[in-house]
Amino acid sequence: MSEIKFIGGYPEYMRKLINIVNRTRIKRKNYDPPAMSKEERKEVLNLHPDYAHGGKRKISIGQNKGDMGPNEVVDLLEAYPLIEEREIDLSQIDYDVDILIIGGGLAGTTAAIWANDQGVPSDKILLTNKLRHGDSNSMMAEGGTQAADRPNDSPLIHFLDAMGGGHFANKPDVVKGLVEDAPLIMHWLLELGAIIDREENGDFTEKWGGGTCRKRMHACRDYTGLEELRVIRDEFRNRKIFCLEYYPAIELLIDGEGRAAGAVLWNCETGDYKIVRAKATILATGGFGRLHIRGFPTTNHYGATCDGVVLAYRAGAKLRDVDTVQYHPTGSAYPQQIIGLLLTEKLRSMGAQPVNKDGEAFVFPLEPRDVEASAFIRECYVREKGVTTPTGMRGIWLDTPLIEIKNGEGTIDNAFPGMRRMFNRVDIDIRKDPVLVFPTLHYQNGGVETDPEGKTDVQGLFVAGEVSGGVHGKNRLMGNSTLDCMVYGRRSGIYAAKYAKTVKGRGKLSLEHMKKYVNMLKKAGIKPERRAPILLPEYRGKAILARMIDIF
Amino acid sequence: MKEKMSIMDRIAESNKSVTTGIDEKDIKYWVTIYIMGKAYKVPAGLTIMQSMEFAGYRFVRSAGCRAGFCGACATVYRKAGDYKLQTAMACQTRVEEGMYLVQIPFAPAEKATYDINKEKYNIGVLFKHYPELARCVACNTCTKSCPQELEVMDYIQDAIKGDFKAVAEESFDCIQCGLCAIRCPAELVQYHIAQLARRMYGHYECHEPEHLKIRLKEIEKGKYKEDWNKLIKATIKELEKFYADREREPD
Repeated sequence: MSEIKFIGGYPEYMRKLINIVNRTRIKRKNYDPPAMSKEERKEVLNLHPDYAHGGKRKISIGQNKGDMGPNEVVDLLEAYPLIEEREIDLSQIDYDVDILIIGGGLAGTTAAIWANDQGVPSDKILLTNKLRHGDSNSMMAEGGTQAADRPNDSPLIHFLDAMGGGHFANKPDVVKGLVEDAPLIMHWLLELGAIIDREENGDFTEKWGGGTCRKRMHACRDYTGLEELRVIRDEFRNRKIFCLEYYPAIELLIDGEGRAAGAVLWNCETGDYKIVRAKATILATGGFGRLHIRGFPTTNHYGATCDGVVLAYRAGAKLRDVDTVQYHPTGSAYPQQIIGLLLTEKLRSMGAQPVNKDGEAFVFPLEPRDVEASAFIRECYVREKGVTTPTGMRGIWLDTPLIEIKNGEGTIDNAFPGMRRMFNRVDIDIRKDPVLVFPTLHYQNGGVETDPEGKTDVQGLFVAGEVSGGVHGKNRLMGNSTLDCMVYGRRSGIYAAKYAKTVKGRGKLSLEHMKKYVNMLKKAGIKPERRAPILLPEYRGKAILARMIDIF
Repeated sequence: MKEKMSIMDRIAESNKSVTTGIDEKDIKYWVTIYIMGKAYKVPAGLTIMQSMEFAGYRFVRSAGCRAGFCGACATVYRKAGDYKLQTAMACQTRVEEGMYLVQIPFAPAEKATYDINKEKYNIGVLFKHYPELARCVACNTCTKSCPQELEVMDYIQDAIKGDFKAVAEESFDCIQCGLCAIRCPAELVQYHIAQLARRMYGHYECHEPEHLKIRLKEIEKGKYKEDWNKLIKATIKELEKFYADREREPD
């Protein structure tokens, strides 16, 4: 019953293992293992969570019946609703608005402002949040935002980068929208007063992103998403747009003519529900990192539980590319409070080397992300040369001190101030000691199929941001997600506002689609064991859960 | 048994302390903490947030990004035998033996309403919207309470002087958790003041770069229209070729 003894942020036994890494460092300084051959890559990729056997299955009901998806996602599509039709009184409308926006990250907040600019009054827009307004993956975006605004660049080149990155599975017209609006979005951010990194002469500082052939990454230190979202949210608040917090949507509503017509919201704290009637509904609920697909840790925020995909699918919307998941090779694996968090690829491009328990460099540091991640998995679980943490996780070392040996003292402070702060908090000095890493679940590449106006195939239902599918194909590039949120937030806001003006007759609110979906589930022989959306992940201790009784 | 598990299952098994909640039998080291006065034995090495979950709390409020960016999990605590009231983000702070804590799930704070385009870029704008700014007694409590370790008092003093640039730079890494405002004896809302100052600085002093102006004009005039027509209609094979033929700009 004693505490672990820590030396410089690491428990004693890990400190001993670090000594091994320290001893081999100089030998490794000028040596990287060679890049893998095509055959070697193919073989190691069998260990990648997206390719390893057993992670996916066919969706058995609905529009995408027969398509493959990760088990964890299909589980939620093949789950019963949280409510039953008879429990819900649709005759009492609590909020009657023109536009309902579900999800207040970068996409949803942007949509609200642009809908307001289209003349929709601020009390006729309702933005509802599951957590606080702004608690989202957007807030954590470090890397940057892509926009082709330098003379040697063009939206066309940006287009090719994004299409190639997505294995050409992207919808070309949607990608065109993304890249063509990017400079406009930069202009808009400046107008709002966002502070973007600059060169001495006032030009934007623009850096490389993986998979791009031009430098077009705009950043705000390493707090890009934080700066973008807090400025946009501040503008939202100045406009007094109607906002609810801790009110997730638990089902969409459809009117008599089959159009999306609002949602049932649930008060997380009191447990009662509210009925929102809306002429247009925008889903901006983000992704699914907290489903911990294949048991992986995640870079995602607490609320990333796939809610939007579940709700839209029940309402009849089509999905695409939900079968691919983006894993980042270097998620933090130690200590506990930062497990899964992203350690940027730039660390490796500046010399940090992946090293195993015996102090050996075992992989070329800059293989493509999926290959690099697979090699880490092989080192930990096939070759058994990973390091096990006090909580049982395995990882390999990323030898950050090499950065300063190769580039000179002070490099880490200048190039990675955010990372320094993160590790300083846990008493680890990344200039002197390596950090432990393991692949982490990063992004939902696909989602609810969208078009260049943010429309889905359910009339009146729009999507923006990570919940949508088609923008990034099978793989998103760095810097295109915050851009996606703002471009398609803007577009969905504008087109939802235009659409809302055309909606005249209001049909009777209904949960008919939900009833139909439940019938499909029953017909397919799916037992009512699971319910969705799950809203929040479950992290409570096992022993406590086993002794809980439901009284209140 | 372990031999029979697939690699993916073994990964899932070893990650479960962060993906499904913690099993007591896996824990060697323990500490006792006091959550709102009640004692709980929790695994050492966890964050405040994780240890509260271990103890049986399910967060509805007070949890957001879980990565130190969003400011949702502001927490105050004392350690046994220590007079000092400490502040922390629950997702970024390790539990310590004898820590007694409570979360601050919400900070009531007035935010001024303004139209950034219509404000005058001078010192007056800050005092107009936040007249309490003048009440700062320079006690430095805000700085001590900041989990980002920002020099909060310094930027408030810069705000009083009307130095927008300094406020913007010093407050830039603010995650708006509200702990400074909760602790301030002069009742300032530092993070809202900084937000206004940063937007004023960004809007009035960070001008649009020429290269962006040019690109916007080009798009407006339809410079890329013809090329777009070609690209949009291209087959995947053609796109693959265009993609392979891209030239990478030099480092």
